[in-house]
Amino acid sequence: MSAVLEVRDLEISFGGVKAVDGLTFSAKAKEIIAVIGPNGAGKTSAFNCITGFYKPTGGSVTLNGVDITGRRPADIAHEGVSRTFQNLRLFHDMTVLDNVRAGMHLYGGQNFLDAIFHTPRFKRSEARYTEEAHYWLDFVGYRGRRGVPIRNLSYGQQKQVEISRALARKSELLLLDEPAAGLNHSEKQSLLELVRRIRDLGTAVVLIEHDMGLVMEVSERIVVMNFGKEIADGTPAEVKANPAVIEAYLGKDDDEEVTANGDAGV
Amino acid sequence: MTIDNSTESIHTVEATAKKKGFGGWLSSIFENKYIGLVALVIALLMPFLIATPYALNIMTTAAIFVVLAAGLNIVVGYCGLLDLGYIAFLAVGAYTAGIIAKAFELPVLFTLPAVVIMCILAGLIIGAPTLRLRSDYLAIVTLGFGEITRITANNLTITGGPSGIFGIPGFLVIGDIDFQNPVIFYYLTVIIVAGLVLAAARLGKSRLGRAWKFVKEDEDAAEAMGIHTYKVKLMAYIFGAVWGGFGGMLFASHLTAISPMSFVFLQSALVLMAVVLGGMGNMKGVVLGALAISLLPEFLRDFSAYRYLLFGILLVVVMVFRPQGFWPPRGAEAERSKAEREAAAFANGLKK
Repeated sequence: MSAVLEVRDLEISFGGVKAVDGLTFSAKAKEIIAVIGPNGAGKTSAFNCITGFYKPTGGSVTLNGVDITGRRPADIAHEGVSRTFQNLRLFHDMTVLDNVRAGMHLYGGQNFLDAIFHTPRFKRSEARYTEEAHYWLDFVGYRGRRGVPIRNLSYGQQKQVEISRALARKSELLLLDEPAAGLNHSEKQSLLELVRRIRDLGTAVVLIEHDMGLVMEVSERIVVMNFGKEIADGTPAEVKANPAVIEAYLGKDDDEEVTANGDAGV
Repeated sequence: MTIDNSTESIHTVEATAKKKGFGGWLSSIFENKYIGLVALVIALLMPFLIATPYALNIMTTAAIFVVLAAGLNIVVGYCGLLDLGYIAFLAVGAYTAGIIAKAFELPVLFTLPAVVIMCILAGLIIGAPTLRLRSDYLAIVTLGFGEITRITANNLTITGGPSGIFGIPGFLVIGDIDFQNPVIFYYLTVIIVAGLVLAAARLGKSRLGRAWKFVKEDEDAAEAMGIHTYKVKLMAYIFGAVWGGFGGMLFASHLTAISPMSFVFLQSALVLMAVVLGGMGNMKGVVLGALAISLLPEFLRDFSAYRYLLFGILLVVVMVFRPQGFWPPRGAEAERSKAEREAAAFANGLKK
C-alpha cells in the first residue's frame, strides 16, 4: 500500500534555531504512527509545517502524491488533512453541534440563496449536517449535552468534541496533537480504543503523545525526535531498545529526573 | 457505539426541563420563534396609532436605521470585523440611487441593480486590501475609507459637491399609487427592511453564517477546517455593503436630498453602537438596539438640551451593567435523544 503522508527532510528554523531539522517519515492508510520526543523536540512544529500553519524552510510534504509543502492551511485541509490542537482550539461561544459542523464545512450542499430562501436543498443539507454531527459525537462516545455552548463543558468532553470535529472532515489523514494530555486513566483507555476505531475507518493516524504507555500500546510505528532531529523510526519494540532514545529520555548521567513513561515532561 | 442509556436519559430530562420564575418567563417570550412576526405586525400597526408627518418621518428613519444595523451585524456581529466606516456603504447606495434616478428621471426603485452592483464593487475595493489585516488595524483602515468616501463625495461634481443632490425622483408610481406618500413609503420601507433582516438572520444560521462565526472565534482553527478565512471575511463585507446600499437607496428616496453631511463618522459610530448595545451576533437584539438608538433621542426630546447627555449616560449604564448587550445570542439549540438520533440517521441512510 502506498503512503498517504510522506514527509521528507522537513526543516523549519526560527531565526537560526532549527526547530525541525530533517524529519522524514511516512504514514499509510489504516496505520497509527506516533511522534514522540522530549518537550521542545519540535513535534508540534512539525505538525504545524505539515498542516500549513508554518511554512517549512526546507524539505517536502506530500499527500497521496500531491505536494502540499507550504500551501495555506485551508488548501491543505481541502486535500484531506485534519488535525486537533495541543491546547484545544474550539469555538467557545458556539454549541457542541455547531463545533462539529465546522468539520463539515467542505461538504457544501448549499449556497447563500438557498439559505436566504430556505430552499429544500438548504433544509436537506442542514439536516445532513445535524445528523452527521450527532453521528460523530456518538462515534467518540460523547455523552454530554449537545445544544449548549462548548465553554460549559468539562475538559475531557471538550477533547471529545475536538476529535469529533476533526473526524467529521472525513479526511484520509488525521493528526492528533497530544490527545491524552489532561485525561484520567479511564479516559485514556477509551481514547486508546477510539484511536483504533478511527484507524479502522481507513484513516492514517499520526499522533504526538507524551504518555509512553499509551504510545507503546497503540502505535504501529514510532518516530522519535530530539532537538529537532529524528533519532529513531521503528516499531515500539525497536524504539524501546534504541540506545539513542533511551539517552534522549533518560539522559546520560542522571536518570532520576525523568521517569520512563515520560510523564514528568507534561 | 458505547453510549450508556441511563446517562442519556438524564440528559434528555435535563434538556426538556422548563425554566421557572420571572427570568424564565421573560426568556420564553424573547426566545419565542414568532417574536419577529409580532414585531413586524406592531410596525405595520403603528400608523394606525400615530400618523402625524413627524411621527411617520421618525419611524421611517428608524426602519432605515434597522437595515443598517442588520448589515453591520453581519460584518461585526457575525464575522467579528470591526468596521468603523460602515456609513460609506450607505453613501455609495444613496449617491448611486440619487445620481442615476435624477439623471435618467427614473423612479428610485429602478436603480436597485446599479445600487447592488456598486455596493458589491465598493465592498470589494475597500475589503480586498483591508481584510488581510487583523482587529485594530482593520478598524483604523475602515475608519479611513469611511472618511475617504465622504470627502470624495464632497469634492466630485457628479455628486454635487458639498451641497449634494436634491430633487431625487420618487420611489415608484403605479397608476394612482405614489410610493412617495409618507404612509405608503413607511409601509414599503418596513416590508423591505423586514425582508432584509430576515435574510440576514437566515444567513447567520447557514453554512456561510457558521463559517463567519468560526472565523470570529478562532481564525486558525477555522483555517484548519478548510475555511478560506479571507474569502469568508470578504463575503461578510460584501453582504454588509449590499445591506448598507439598500439602506442608502431608501434613505435617498425618503429624504429626496442627500449631502456629504449625512455620512459623517458619527453615523458609523451610531450604527456600531446599535449593534453592540443590542447584542452582537443576535439579529433580534440588533433590531432592538437600532430602534433604541434611533428612537430614544426622540422620546427624550422633552429634556431638550440635555437629551444627548441623558442618552449618553444611558448608554454608559447599559454597557457597564450589560456589556454583552441587551439581547446577546443564546448559543443553544434543541437536544435530541438517542432514539431520535438513530431514527434520523436511519432515514438519511447514514447508518454505517
